[in-house]
Amino acid sequence: MSTQMLTYLFVGLSFALYIGIAIWSRASSTKDFYVAGGGVHPVVNGMATAADWMSAASFISMAGIISFVGRDGSVYLLGWTGGYVLLAFLLAPYLRKFGRFTVPDFIGERYYSRAARIVAVVCLIFVSFTYVAGQMRGVGIVFSRFLEVDVSTGVIIGMAVVFMYAVLGGMKGITYTQVAQYCVLIFAYMVPAIFISIMITDNPIPQLGFGSEVNDGSGLSVLQKLDSVLLDLGFSAYTEGSKSTIDVFAITAALMFGTAGLPHVLVRFFTVPKVSDARLSAGYALVFIAILYTTAPAVASFARLNLVDTVHNTPYAEAPEWFGNWENTGLIAWQDKNNDGIMQYGSGAALSPTKPSFKGNTGAHGERLLNNQPTESINEVYIDRDIMVLANPEIAGLPGWVIALVAAGGVAAALSTAAGLLLVISSSISHDLLKKTLLPKITEKQELLYARIAAAAAVCIAGLFGIYPPAFVAQVVAFAFGLAAASLFPALLLGIFSKRANKEGAISGMLVGLVFTFSYIAYFKFVAPELNSAEHWLWGISPEGIGTIGMILNFVIAITVSRLTAKPPQSVQELVDNIRIPSGTKATANH
Amino acid sequence: MKTTSSDNNKAYWRANVSLLSKLLVVWFVVSFGCGIILVDWLDQFSLFGFKLGFWFAQQGAIYVFVALIFIYAWRMKIIDRQFGVSDDEDEA
Repeated sequence: MSTQMLTYLFVGLSFALYIGIAIWSRASSTKDFYVAGGGVHPVVNGMATAADWMSAASFISMAGIISFVGRDGSVYLLGWTGGYVLLAFLLAPYLRKFGRFTVPDFIGERYYSRAARIVAVVCLIFVSFTYVAGQMRGVGIVFSRFLEVDVSTGVIIGMAVVFMYAVLGGMKGITYTQVAQYCVLIFAYMVPAIFISIMITDNPIPQLGFGSEVNDGSGLSVLQKLDSVLLDLGFSAYTEGSKSTIDVFAITAALMFGTAGLPHVLVRFFTVPKVSDARLSAGYALVFIAILYTTAPAVASFARLNLVDTVHNTPYAEAPEWFGNWENTGLIAWQDKNNDGIMQYGSGAALSPTKPSFKGNTGAHGERLLNNQPTESINEVYIDRDIMVLANPEIAGLPGWVIALVAAGGVAAALSTAAGLLLVISSSISHDLLKKTLLPKITEKQELLYARIAAAAAVCIAGLFGIYPPAFVAQVVAFAFGLAAASLFPALLLGIFSKRANKEGAISGMLVGLVFTFSYIAYFKFVAPELNSAEHWLWGISPEGIGTIGMILNFVIAITVSRLTAKPPQSVQELVDNIRIPSGTKATANH
Repeated sequence: MKTTSSDNNKAYWRANVSLLSKLLVVWFVVSFGCGIILVDWLDQFSLFGFKLGFWFAQQGAIYVFVALIFIYAWRMKIIDRQFGVSDDEDEA
């Protein structure tokens, strides 16, 4: 069977599975819809959390970025896993004890204020949409390559599937579908990684493989060989950093605290029966996440090595099949600057502007001709970072079923996260905005209907973002983390660990954090992108890392304002006392 | 019961915060310490064929994170029982 047929088969089968599970576990109450009835086992919940957590950015983009930036890519590995520790330590158990449906629910009640709840809803919608935009783009990339449709059609197919199970199933459907998705995505990630590790180093464990010797008789380890190959081509060494320490520090911190403040992950902990289960569930989730996260840097280094080997100094006419396939999606391009018919790969942007724009006809060697101007650099090859994981098995020449499996895995990763996020958006609109603020009289049935309408609307908006994507998948996602770190994390943390924190402090802190971080990012990314370099940044901190400063500002303002204004009422102080102890946990409250 | 146990609950909270602080120090040292601030210095040593700093940044810190969460869940279960605030009996 051809790779194409296998891909249709694998993706089709996995879709049938997800939809089947969604129908089988259809939600019948708002409690089922929001928190899966509150009775999910910690291991199952851990697995669902891991699938929720590992998005298209983790699956598709992360290894690709690490592959191109080397050690600097560690910020994603450290940030996204380290944030989990904060979540498990500082937030998850207490939010479980609090036991309501949504994050704005906690903020609204803890800060006894409708305004605080609305500010939290705004932050949450903002963060979730930024994040979901990246997922939809991921779905689009997967479909455009493997189903040979264009990106827009791919996104629309993805929207239809997400709609099916997020809207009908709610949290209950999502929890069990996500377990299935985790299994699909981790299998799809590990199989090619193990194959390639054996091919390059004879070591079947990728985590050890990328430190082992390459089996070409050179006696060099994978990383040593990669360093020397890249230095020869004019890149910087793979195992050396090029970003300043303060910037790496700030980006890592923003990703960490953002992780802890991410609403769609927090809400996961409302679905386990007990506080001690919430602590344990976070541990299982991190085990499941760590399997992929410790494999990713291995995949990254193998992929880079293979890429250089197969592309550099290869005549275009002899280029492997995958090169042309990806060229057709527009994510790879070659411009024969010196007219020798051979692809030269090196450092520097190959094209000006950097993204290829195709003329529609082909050149002397069959390559797609470009409108772009050639640059001074000797580099002739444009490669989109987002394709590295997907193209990796093809680059290594693995069999067709492995390639098909990776396609199914990429779709699973993107869909599971998109569904989780859409659910958070819809529940915060129907529950926090309508039921708790604007239309308190609606019945449970009406609330469920509104939740489904909101989810449907959110799917459409997310799809639009996917068709008109703002930037690289992982970059867009990184901004979502900065915003979450600067707005939600301090309010949640202070709400639990400080009895003195009051509504004035929380609201002003969240607003300042959000506005500061958003303006900084918007200024350097949209208003004055030409100034986006280290000498113009505040203390050398890039827009990706500015969430850390936003968060510190939020803390300082929230604490100062709280000290200067009245103490929270007695009932709220008792609420804080109550969430600090695990005993007396009720099933997630039903309103 | 709630009012008489308030001192007990305060002591429980202190025990929790003190455990948290210790674990967060480890969390900071392996990630921001070994993986970022000291990475270049640690790179002179090697482990499993990796430069040590690079290994911490891309592998080691993650393994420590997993261990930390389980240590916390396990220690807290003991502390919960010690102060009689465990949620074990809730299921009954």
